[in-house]
Amino acid sequence: MAHSVGSSACGFLAAEGSLRRSGHGKPRAGRSVGPVLAIAAPLAPTRTPAATGSVKKAMTMTEKILAKHSDNTYLAPGQNIWTKVDKLMTHDVCGPGTFGIFQKEFGENAEVWDPEKVVIIPDHYIFTSDERANRNVDILRDMVKRYKIKYFYDITNRGDFQANPDYKGVCHIALAQEGHCKPGEVLFGTDSHTCNAGAFGQFATGVGNTDAGFILGTGKLLIKVPPTIRFVLDGQMPPYLMAKDLILQIIGEITVAGGTYKAMEFTGTAIESMSMEERMTVCNMVVEAGGKNGMCPPDAITFDYVTQRTDEPFEPVYADGGAGYIEEYRFDVSKIEPLVAAPHSPDNRKTARECSGTKIDRVYIGSCTGGKTEDFFAAAQLLHKSGQQVKVPTFLVPATQKVWADLYGAPVPGCDGKTAAQIFADAGCPPPASPSCAACLGGPKDTYARMNTPEVCVSTTNRNFPGRMGHKDGQVYLASPFTAAASALSGTVADPRDYL
Amino acid sequence: MAANGNSRIVRGKCFVTKDNIDTDQIIPAEYLTLVPSKPDEYEKLGSYALIGLPEHLYPTRYIRDGEIKTEYPIVIGGENFGCGSSREHAPVAMGASGAKVVVAQSYARIFFRNCVATGELYPCETDERMCEELETGREVEVDMEKDVLTDLATGRTYPLKPLGEAGPVIDAGGIFEYARQQGMIKKAVA
Repeated sequence: MAHSVGSSACGFLAAEGSLRRSGHGKPRAGRSVGPVLAIAAPLAPTRTPAATGSVKKAMTMTEKILAKHSDNTYLAPGQNIWTKVDKLMTHDVCGPGTFGIFQKEFGENAEVWDPEKVVIIPDHYIFTSDERANRNVDILRDMVKRYKIKYFYDITNRGDFQANPDYKGVCHIALAQEGHCKPGEVLFGTDSHTCNAGAFGQFATGVGNTDAGFILGTGKLLIKVPPTIRFVLDGQMPPYLMAKDLILQIIGEITVAGGTYKAMEFTGTAIESMSMEERMTVCNMVVEAGGKNGMCPPDAITFDYVTQRTDEPFEPVYADGGAGYIEEYRFDVSKIEPLVAAPHSPDNRKTARECSGTKIDRVYIGSCTGGKTEDFFAAAQLLHKSGQQVKVPTFLVPATQKVWADLYGAPVPGCDGKTAAQIFADAGCPPPASPSCAACLGGPKDTYARMNTPEVCVSTTNRNFPGRMGHKDGQVYLASPFTAAASALSGTVADPRDYL
Repeated sequence: MAANGNSRIVRGKCFVTKDNIDTDQIIPAEYLTLVPSKPDEYEKLGSYALIGLPEHLYPTRYIRDGEIKTEYPIVIGGENFGCGSSREHAPVAMGASGAKVVVAQSYARIFFRNCVATGELYPCETDERMCEELETGREVEVDMEKDVLTDLATGRTYPLKPLGEAGPVIDAGGIFEYARQQGMIKKAVA
């Protein structure tokens, strides 16, 4: 397994060094910096141990990021290390318990390790009359005041989310949109879909309240270095296919436990040509395969997205040539068909076509997985092209306030200047709801679009175990926004190719 | 929240589940408004443990209607027990209800970690497909010192995998208690 640093590895190392040197201290000026330019630049004079020629063995992105964060020059899968934490994210469901553990274990007088590195995003149970849910947001507010937490996206007026300029919505999308996701960093969050941020080439994973309470006090966490499975996704994306189809393909292939304890790294031309939102969709669902974290190599598309949203510096990290992967899967995306995960498991992969006789009661478009601007635009494009009315109630829940604004403010490409909100209204959908996690995970009984009866739903969300969206006997088909929109028009599970 | 000094020998009735029991079945999202670090809400969480299991598959409920504790200290699972969300409410609800140990073929990563970190219950692994061997209500003994499960009705024994490094942490009652015992962190200063 010992690899000397070959020329390709040197290229990647040079890329890291020069990007750091070329001044992400002023990242707005560096927006055009891409990996190709960087490889031509000389090595930076200052080096951190894992980024120098002293690296004797090649590492994957995940191993390398964790090595850098634990002052190791080399890490192998299975090693237990104390990693430094760049950011801790929590929300209304797990934040109160996290602070409860922190106070109990570190004492009333303890302070959090770094109030600028804690990001608190109420998003789960917001638009509900459930008193305990409302209380939990109040607890977060008190904690933010007590510990002087810098980033808190608060909501006080639940009747009108727009009256709360600080309120964002679904935490994983808000993290990205507010500039908290950065290549090379280590992020923990009290939510399993924290792996979403792997799209930015960072190590990001979900933890429980106790681990998060420990991080609050110390800024560190003991973790095991995961082995990496590499997924090479090559080829041209067909116009009817979305990132959601690719990750459903992968989960169907390796099962809901196939990634357990493992990092899942995504490369190939299909990933390279994807937007950040689509890369997020892929990484978001690695936990549905049991994965510890997802990972996309950062590139010009990543740097563009990040530097438009933050001035903070960052250091992209790339896999060394010859890094060790425990498995590799290759897919030609041009051959993949629109897919669904049928009830009651995300790995119950079927083609949309083979389920096309299945009658449905509703469609849901929303969540961290399928509630981003491009998700709604895709659904709107299909509806616009068909010119038809939806046959079943089609619930729309933008992930964040920004997404909501895009639905009303931005014309959908190729749709005669119409906004998504106009197209959805023309097709007979109820207006987009207040941004939050809403019915993706059921939630309190009065949650918008919660499945309170045993209905059948096609949903752009991430999980379909029994009871996930509310009713225990409800049936959820996970699908891309294209497939969801096609199904809404058909009143059955439908293949989007029939409408595009 | 777990009491110090968890015992590695657990005797009692088992409750048998199958593969891929996810966190929504262990504790449905509507109950996540309960904050586990508050003692009264911890008890309440326990009363909802495994309430998300569909009735048609699990006609015997883990906790009887009107009760807040379970009569089954041992939960048997198949593959990938505890998959889904990172909610620590899942092992906490089970521990609060009176569960002491889960015996399954494999666990989802975050659930396993949350069991260890909280010390709420032992996530014990076995290569045996115990969910096909046992049925709900059977009296068993789980001995995690000798790494063997005994069906007390038949006397038949099944090998368990050693708890390994996770064992002492759960014995202590969770990661914080363990760290204090080892002198890694000091006692909380009020």
